[in-house]
Amino acid sequence: MSEPKFYGTPPPGVAREGYSGKLIVIEGTDGVGRSTHTAMLRSWLEARGHAVIDTGMTRSVLAGRGLKEAKTGTTLGRLTMQLFYATDFADRLENEMLPALRAGFVVLTDRYIYSAIARAAVRGVDPRWIRSVYGVALVPDLILYLRVQRAEELVSRVLASGRKFDYWESGMDLNLGADFYDSFVEYQTRLLVEFDRMAGEYGFRVVDASRPIRRVAADLRRAVARVIEADEAADKTEGASVAASTITDG
Amino acid sequence: MISYGKHRLPGKLFVVEGTDGSGKSTQLALLHQWLKAEGHPVFFSEWNSSPLVKETTRRAKKRRLFTPTTFSLLHATDFADRTERDIIPPLKAGAIVLADRYIYTAFARDVARGCDRAWVRDLYRFAVRPTVAFFFRAPLDVAIDRVVSGRPALKHYEAGLDMDWSDDAEESFKIFQGRILEEYDRMVSEFGLTVIDATRSIVHQQREMRRIVMRHLEGEEAAA
Repeated sequence: MSEPKFYGTPPPGVAREGYSGKLIVIEGTDGVGRSTHTAMLRSWLEARGHAVIDTGMTRSVLAGRGLKEAKTGTTLGRLTMQLFYATDFADRLENEMLPALRAGFVVLTDRYIYSAIARAAVRGVDPRWIRSVYGVALVPDLILYLRVQRAEELVSRVLASGRKFDYWESGMDLNLGADFYDSFVEYQTRLLVEFDRMAGEYGFRVVDASRPIRRVAADLRRAVARVIEADEAADKTEGASVAASTITDG
Repeated sequence: MISYGKHRLPGKLFVVEGTDGSGKSTQLALLHQWLKAEGHPVFFSEWNSSPLVKETTRRAKKRRLFTPTTFSLLHATDFADRTERDIIPPLKAGAIVLADRYIYTAFARDVARGCDRAWVRDLYRFAVRPTVAFFFRAPLDVAIDRVVSGRPALKHYEAGLDMDWSDDAEESFKIFQGRILEEYDRMVSEFGLTVIDATRSIVHQQREMRRIVMRHLEGEEAAA
């Protein structure tokens, strides 16, 4: 059982009792392979008998649709966007993640508050303010940061996926470059700087994502196994001591 | 991001606050008419009116999806959109902006719902400090009576039924409004709210309001 720890003030009405699940975060910039690795981790965990739910940005019942619609236009203001994302996050935290953790699930989340904080920082939003807003966030059991050195690496991945450059992923609202390509590279470069800054602050487990998928996946599994097996070992010890006391009682 | 109290904008921002049924919207509408007749450029902005957020709020209320935290965050999102779109640009242009409910509504309601006082205040740190924030103070029974008798049924969140204080809508509404009023009273000195006695006649209240507003506009004209 972990005692729930929050970065700031916990949301009101959230039970303070411990939970037996694990909150595992996959973070990284756009195109770094987060969704691929999240899916792979999920099947691996399920194969080992763990119940898993995964979640990610803009997937909340409350705000997901509205946020996606707001992003189809270009009138979404800087602060409005941050707060809309925070609403989406809080809904998933309170209604998806926390209940699943209490029920003993492994919760895999594709991005957490760190992407939101990085995006806010790149847009000149007060870093203390955005951290205070996300003070309601639960401190995860593990934060895996998929890191690439240079934004150019991400470009080839976007191209390989057959997607077009996305307006927001390219930071087009910031007027950073003449076109989507220039803007994408500049925007993602700035995000990488912010992620590096946060690595120490939040204790990211940094994984070099420039390597082949197979090797990255192996690293991720090893890190996840450590977090999960620490608990399984504790379970066994507990089981053993129960057995021992039964024998003594008899 | 410019923090509360740090904006330097040539326009004037007048806001009205108070519990439901305090008569603040009536007073603001009268002020609006008067300022327009006097030839001032006036913009009006209302709580909960951002076109980007409206549909999400409507759905969430209907399907009862809110927790105190998401209620607070979505209203802050709505307010941020209005600040970025409807409040700061006209104030930059030197216009008068009138707001029916402002950040103090969120502070009162969200804290009444159990949100942390400091957290909610920080959430709205980007807000422009009003030139004057009028607080129409009505005793609890007067305000409750005006709302309950004037409307077919209290709505779920309006009555605070999400908080499980009482199964009875009217009872729950009373508890909720009592807590809200307590928060408003606490904010009078914290934020320098201008208290208007909402039990006085409509004409009397409006006269008082215009006198105060005029003082702020005259100061400007004398300087120009």
